[in-house]
Amino acid sequence: MELVCPAGNLPSLKAAVDNGANAVYMGFKDDTNARHFAGLNFDDKRAQEGIRYARDRGVKVFVAINTYPQPSGWERWQRSVDHAADLGVDALILADIGVMDYACHRWPDLRLHLSVQGSATNAEAINFYHQNFGIKRVVLPRVLSLKQVKQVAESSPVPIEVFGFGSLCVMVEGRCILSSYVTGRSPNTFGACSPANAVSWNETPDGLETRLNNILIDRHAEGESAGYPTLCKGRFNVSGNTYYAIEEPTSLNTLELLPELQSVGVAAIKIEGRQRSPAYVAQVTKVWRDAIDLCTKNPEGYQAQADWMEALAKVSEGSQTTLGAYHRPWQ
Amino acid sequence: MNKQNQTPSRPKLSLGPLLYYWSRDDVFKFYESIADSAVDIVYLGETVCSKRRLLKPDSWLQIAGLLKEAGKEVVLSTLTLLEANSELSALRKICSNEDYMVEANDMTAVQLMSGKQSFVTGPAVNIYNSRTLEVLARSGLKRWVLPVELSKETLTDMHQNRPMGVETEVFAFGRLPLAYSARCFTARAHNLPKDDCQYRCLDYADGLMLKTREDESFLVLNGIQTQSSKTQNLIHEIEELIDLEIDVLRISPQSRNTMQVIDIFDKTLRGKISSDEAEKSLQRYIMSGECDGYWHGQAGMDSANVDQPITNKQQGCT
Repeated sequence: MELVCPAGNLPSLKAAVDNGANAVYMGFKDDTNARHFAGLNFDDKRAQEGIRYARDRGVKVFVAINTYPQPSGWERWQRSVDHAADLGVDALILADIGVMDYACHRWPDLRLHLSVQGSATNAEAINFYHQNFGIKRVVLPRVLSLKQVKQVAESSPVPIEVFGFGSLCVMVEGRCILSSYVTGRSPNTFGACSPANAVSWNETPDGLETRLNNILIDRHAEGESAGYPTLCKGRFNVSGNTYYAIEEPTSLNTLELLPELQSVGVAAIKIEGRQRSPAYVAQVTKVWRDAIDLCTKNPEGYQAQADWMEALAKVSEGSQTTLGAYHRPWQ
Repeated sequence: MNKQNQTPSRPKLSLGPLLYYWSRDDVFKFYESIADSAVDIVYLGETVCSKRRLLKPDSWLQIAGLLKEAGKEVVLSTLTLLEANSELSALRKICSNEDYMVEANDMTAVQLMSGKQSFVTGPAVNIYNSRTLEVLARSGLKRWVLPVELSKETLTDMHQNRPMGVETEVFAFGRLPLAYSARCFTARAHNLPKDDCQYRCLDYADGLMLKTREDESFLVLNGIQTQSSKTQNLIHEIEELIDLEIDVLRISPQSRNTMQVIDIFDKTLRGKISSDEAEKSLQRYIMSGECDGYWHGQAGMDSANVDQPITNKQQGCT
């Protein structure tokens, strides 16, 4: 199984490479990728440097161009595809049908992966992208149970990549526009959810309030830690109860499931977190490298080790982890 | 398409798929009344949750027959998020039916019909640019619903290169579908696992209201789907929608007064009432405020039409 790690910037890329990633994925400095955050991503010079660093150490580089262009911005996406092709990257991670159509005609030899943002949950959906654009791999949405992942792996025309660790979108990626409903900008259109320019933090007599374009996302009493106000992770009121009505701040961690993911034929494990620090990338990559190596050598004897789980829990959002949809009751 | 010298024709009216879970009786009564309404096109079927099985496929087909007899164009709508193999099997049956056009709500359905038959795409299929529209037109796309987060600017741009024969439909009235999840938020609100949800959606004919901690209506939980609490209402944009050569305006079903809403849209399209009059008449049928921000390129919850008395309690939110 290939370990695919996040590279939000050059230090993170190096951390991933140095700690055992088989591939890293990055984005350019604009809305063509789904982590369009200030201070993140690669300009031309840094991209070249990063690619060289990875290549010299036998590590592949993927570029995510996985948002959905509208006509007014189309050329930017087209330019990004050309740029990545010129840089000689190993694969593009794409979501939009139009962008894929462009990429496969303009750069027929360039390897294409279907992004999680493309939301393909079964072999028929994958067939569409395979038959029309010759995709070589699909990243599955984080909505399927282990049994369902197995069914897709068995019937998919191309190898599958799944998320192993990181922040968890409770909504189906590529099909959630809560963020643009509140702020005008969504992951699909802008490459960011609950964008920072719409966020405000206000200390009030009732506690620290976090707002998104003036909508109250949560209110934190003294001593409660206040996370970033991603709007699905706030506390709201339903039928008189105030609770995390959509999702608690938590991270996906599938370390325990590794032998099963391997046996159902998963080709690659993806680590989420291009927006996280190089220290996070180093820590998570190292643990997953060890785990995959152990699991490959001895799948029957494999067990998630306590120190791995501890190390991952430390860098998890909300300091708690879940098996997510892989574990049926979560679904 | 080049229609420069023609007066744009009047858009048809459609009724979108029923997004909520109602009793069998209520569903039948609802569509019996729709048979007598002014809508031209009716989208039928369960698009949100495969556990909602009070109406079996045969019952939907029975309703389809009734509507067809009443002169409606019937389109069968498919599930938006497919997970289990059983859902895929059910989808295959719908896509291979020989009597009705099908609305694909995900790429699975698109693939099943590609190159074989014409199809419609619903608002959850991401068609954000002309090249995507072109690819799907080659696959058999006959009509597409503009994804709800896109603006009139984007639509205008896309109409510059609209493939010949492809119709455009716009979500004109109703609570906006905003997100889908593997998890069920209605079950979660009742502390129930999704596998044992006890069909709680049946208790919420227009979804379950989610408010902020300062008691502001915000979203509506509808099983695995999340909607806006506000109703998107484009009645004020009717002239513009006609000028943009929109072929179909979609009204999304709600538990009460859908007939009245259809009637107001129909009268406006026929020029019997002005859009101002229509806006006023519609107010009493709008639940928890209205919005049209997406259409104007703003946050979806915004309303460009702020002067309207949308919070007037006398006019009663239902």
